[in-house]
Amino acid sequence: MANSLSISAAEGLPRRTWRRDLLKHMRRYPSLWLGSSLLGLFGLLIAFAPLIARYPPNQQNLAMRLKPPSAEHLFGTDELGRDIFSRVLHGGQISLPAALIVVTISLTIGGLLGAFAGFFGGFIDDLIMRIADVTLAFPAVVLALAISALLGPSLNNAILAACVVLWPEYARLIRSQVIVARTFEYVTAARSLGRREVGILLRHVLPNTWTPILIKAALDVGSIILLVSALSFIGLGVRPPTAEWGSMVALGRTKFYQWWVATFPGLAILVSILACNLISEGLRNWLDPRT
Amino acid sequence: MSLVRYIVRRLILTIPMLFGITLVLFLIYNLVQVDPLVMIIGERAMDNPQLVEAAIRKWGLDRPVWEQYLTYLTNILRGDLGTSFLTRRPVLDDLRTHLPATVELAVSSLLFAVLLGIPLGVLAGVYFGSLFDRSVWFISLLNGSLPPFWTGLIFLFVFYYSLGITPGPGRFPPRMERPPVFSGLLTLDSLIAGDMAAFGGALSHLILPTVILGGFTLALVLRVTRAAIVEEMRREYIRTARSKGLAERLVVVRHALRNALLPLVTIIGLAFAGLLSGAVMTETVFDWAGIGQYLVRAAASLDYPAIQGGTLLIAVIYVVVNLCVDILYSVLDPRVRHG
Repeated sequence: MANSLSISAAEGLPRRTWRRDLLKHMRRYPSLWLGSSLLGLFGLLIAFAPLIARYPPNQQNLAMRLKPPSAEHLFGTDELGRDIFSRVLHGGQISLPAALIVVTISLTIGGLLGAFAGFFGGFIDDLIMRIADVTLAFPAVVLALAISALLGPSLNNAILAACVVLWPEYARLIRSQVIVARTFEYVTAARSLGRREVGILLRHVLPNTWTPILIKAALDVGSIILLVSALSFIGLGVRPPTAEWGSMVALGRTKFYQWWVATFPGLAILVSILACNLISEGLRNWLDPRT
Repeated sequence: MSLVRYIVRRLILTIPMLFGITLVLFLIYNLVQVDPLVMIIGERAMDNPQLVEAAIRKWGLDRPVWEQYLTYLTNILRGDLGTSFLTRRPVLDDLRTHLPATVELAVSSLLFAVLLGIPLGVLAGVYFGSLFDRSVWFISLLNGSLPPFWTGLIFLFVFYYSLGITPGPGRFPPRMERPPVFSGLLTLDSLIAGDMAAFGGALSHLILPTVILGGFTLALVLRVTRAAIVEEMRREYIRTARSKGLAERLVVVRHALRNALLPLVTIIGLAFAGLLSGAVMTETVFDWAGIGQYLVRAAASLDYPAIQGGTLLIAVIYVVVNLCVDILYSVLDPRVRHG
């Protein structure tokens, strides 16, 4: 043992340290690290928005209406003289948590339903999957639009609508994963040791299905940011005067000569979705190298 | 399984799906805590006892819920989707006037995506890992991150207001006379009427919304084509084709692309869902008088019959498109039928 160690040291092979491993990982999966840093940085800016922004998001100043970007107002001001930079940062406090909540709820509900359907099969499987099929028969935006219109415009209803359209995708994905995983030998082994079925599902099958789910979840955080902002854009999500990216873009719809009103909140949507897509792409390269 | 048997089986499977869609729509409307009467005739008509009486009788509102569902189904099958609060016309008539605009936009977006996406995808797949491949990858990643309602506005800012090289929102030059309605597709109608100026006008209004709406589909088509080409180029028949001295261009076009096109057929269905979803946003930004814009207006003014009817129509179109894609796929690839 001591011998082999000294040989590798003599030949100048780099020693494995966590710092080198990390660097290597960053070089091999640049999109994962680029996306995470982008989202992390953006997340920090948003979390500390009250400290960073010089003006409260809803403070009106009619003397400063529709002013172009300047040192005073980094992203300019809107038609009520509100600071767009501050509103973009504060808007993130709605969009990012909302997207995370939607994905978490859909993943939990859809995941459990899909896992039970795939593991036990039979009538439960048929029932759950037919409901999922019918929900997926509607294009997502259209169903979310109908539901949030019916329930009335509010952030909570937009979140609910997004969960309704998202859960079946997870149910389908996890079901197909579980159907493959339940035939593995360790399941038979666990069963022959007398474990209960639900225990096998939760302890042995599900932990082996998380790779594609993680990849999809990262992607979906981006899609839900888009969906929620789209609902707000058409007036069905977050109500004014709360700062939200989609409704801020809507404010700029008629301001063709004040390009900054719509541009900056849109860029915020773009950057956060791009970060999620990069993370998802990087996770796929890292965890699922076959594709 | 023979082709005919497969198609028949697939058709039969569609029927419960259509029932399911109507059931979902019926249920979400019943779960909401709004008086169903208000949803059918609107707040303003509630003072009119005759209208209230007529609506109760027509939609069976004094009957048990399951009978209401049957009444709802019967009315749908008769083509009665209720009356829009906003336009005061039958929803079906409204949908009929708005559908061609959406079809025109969706078809041109699909054409845009396919005509541009397949060649670019093939090139990226053939030059896998090259700078070109990576830039195509990055552009399609960026494209997939763009909110269409925002990109639409930016395009209008730049190409209409600043540069003035494209027309503004709307389907047709405002001061030009529209061609006589035949299909409702303005480009087709002006061609039928032989009016080239109108055709040019309709076509130029299509450009921006097509690029925005088709951009999403383009990224999808491109990714699938690229992956399929990379996969096919590793196959043995490619080596055979090369070893018999076939020019590389022909190897790619005649052999690899042919097989790579197969998975593309399946994503057309997926792409179509994207187009219908995207149409909602794109039509709103470009003031395009299609189903998407109709739905958004209905949603904004709580025009329940219009929302319900529009959603139903889009879901049915989506199911039918997927049915056609499945059948087409089974014709192209016999393995599906036997699988």
